[in-house]
Amino acid sequence: MKIRTKNRQKWQPSLLPLLLLFVTGLTALLAQVIYVLPTGGSGLSGEVAQLQKQSGVSSPVTAVLMNFRGYDTLLEVMVLLLAVIGAWSLTKAPLSGKNDHPSPVLVTAVRLLAPLLCLVAMYLVWQGGHEAGGAFQGGALLGGAGVLMLVADLPLMQKIPARSFRLGLLLGPIVFLAVALFCLVMGGELLAYPQRWVASLLLLIETACAVSIGLALASLFAGGRPPDDLLDKENPAVPYGEKKP
Amino acid sequence: MIANTLYNLCGLLLFAMGLFALFACSHPLRKILAVNIMSTGVFQILVATAYRPVGAGAIDPVPHAMVLTGIVVSVSVTALVLVLACRVQETSNLSLLRKGRKIKEPKERAG
Amino acid sequence: MTNNILVLFDIVLIVTLLLLAWQVLASEDIFSGVVLFISFGLLMALAWVRLRAPDVALAEAALGAGLTGPLFLSALRRMTRIHKGERRLDTDEERGDG
Repeated sequence: MKIRTKNRQKWQPSLLPLLLLFVTGLTALLAQVIYVLPTGGSGLSGEVAQLQKQSGVSSPVTAVLMNFRGYDTLLEVMVLLLAVIGAWSLTKAPLSGKNDHPSPVLVTAVRLLAPLLCLVAMYLVWQGGHEAGGAFQGGALLGGAGVLMLVADLPLMQKIPARSFRLGLLLGPIVFLAVALFCLVMGGELLAYPQRWVASLLLLIETACAVSIGLALASLFAGGRPPDDLLDKENPAVPYGEKKP
Repeated sequence: MIANTLYNLCGLLLFAMGLFALFACSHPLRKILAVNIMSTGVFQILVATAYRPVGAGAIDPVPHAMVLTGIVVSVSVTALVLVLACRVQETSNLSLLRKGRKIKEPKERAG
Repeated sequence: MTNNILVLFDIVLIVTLLLLAWQVLASEDIFSGVVLFISFGLLMALAWVRLRAPDVALAEAALGAGLTGPLFLSALRRMTRIHKGERRLDTDEERGDG
């Protein structure tokens, strides 16, 4: 099935100096604006330090990320899920599966590194409470472990059962949303954590989000729908415009 | 405060380079790389305005949180756009690797 | 004295970052551009550390360098395979060829 499209217009070479002029002008304008920004001063660090005890964690960045600006983090986890949905709706994952003899160096290295990555990821999620770390760093490391396993052709996406995989992807957003609604019911405002449980709630949210972020990043690296029975047998996915087999 | 100014300037130059390459390069992968470099420049300006030297007080944590969110969103958008670019190349008759050249017919066609 | 050394370190780091970004965008081969982008991400993690932002440094090293780089490499490989005709629409795989 071929779709013919017209030849793209080449960028006219005569417009390049104009582009350079435009970019230089914009840069000069931005430099002027940035120069005028006030340096020094305390910014918002004073307010954050004042409310640090009520936030439930001792790291200021984690307090801002999960507590004071928790709504942004909630939406960000949703954005990641949306990117996975978008990638899944476009194409099947190009997993070769034909590689019966992957390089032993690669497989050994992945077997050594992947569990270590999971361990360090869990530690980073825990450490986010009092030092640098948190859900995103831990989730990124979990995603890195997933990427390693996919690169070594270990059957990551086939071995995890299909429903558990999707449940793991949804775990972060669902837990975050559930806690937000719970706070709405208890306190009257979205994400207004009750003071008694704020530390445990934040840890719960961060753990769930780390798992979810790791799975989402691994799915994005795989680049498409996973080849599992949820899509093939019960509901055969048909590309747009084709007739059903 | 000189670190502040230096990193502000660096972020600005990164943004300018990315903007120029976004319009001037024709390969879509390079355009996506340019967008990533632009966002890195913006993050650098954000964090540089939050920087305080070691003795002069605590850093401002709010821009750090914004930049963390921005990095994650930038990664997810890059991943989606890369899948889109591969899909565009699959379904159109043009090869994006060489400007304007058609894809050679594969030796065996399925079906 | 320490301040001067730190300023020198900053200048060297920033010049390297700008040169790397230039090479990422202007190199002939896209593959080398992507590999240089990965090293750009790692040096950017150093810059975040220098700006007293360890959370952002961790996130940049793991996400910017460790995930965006392989994403680009994987997309480049897919595009090359399509260009060489080894792989057409994903319907080929659905028909059981893959």
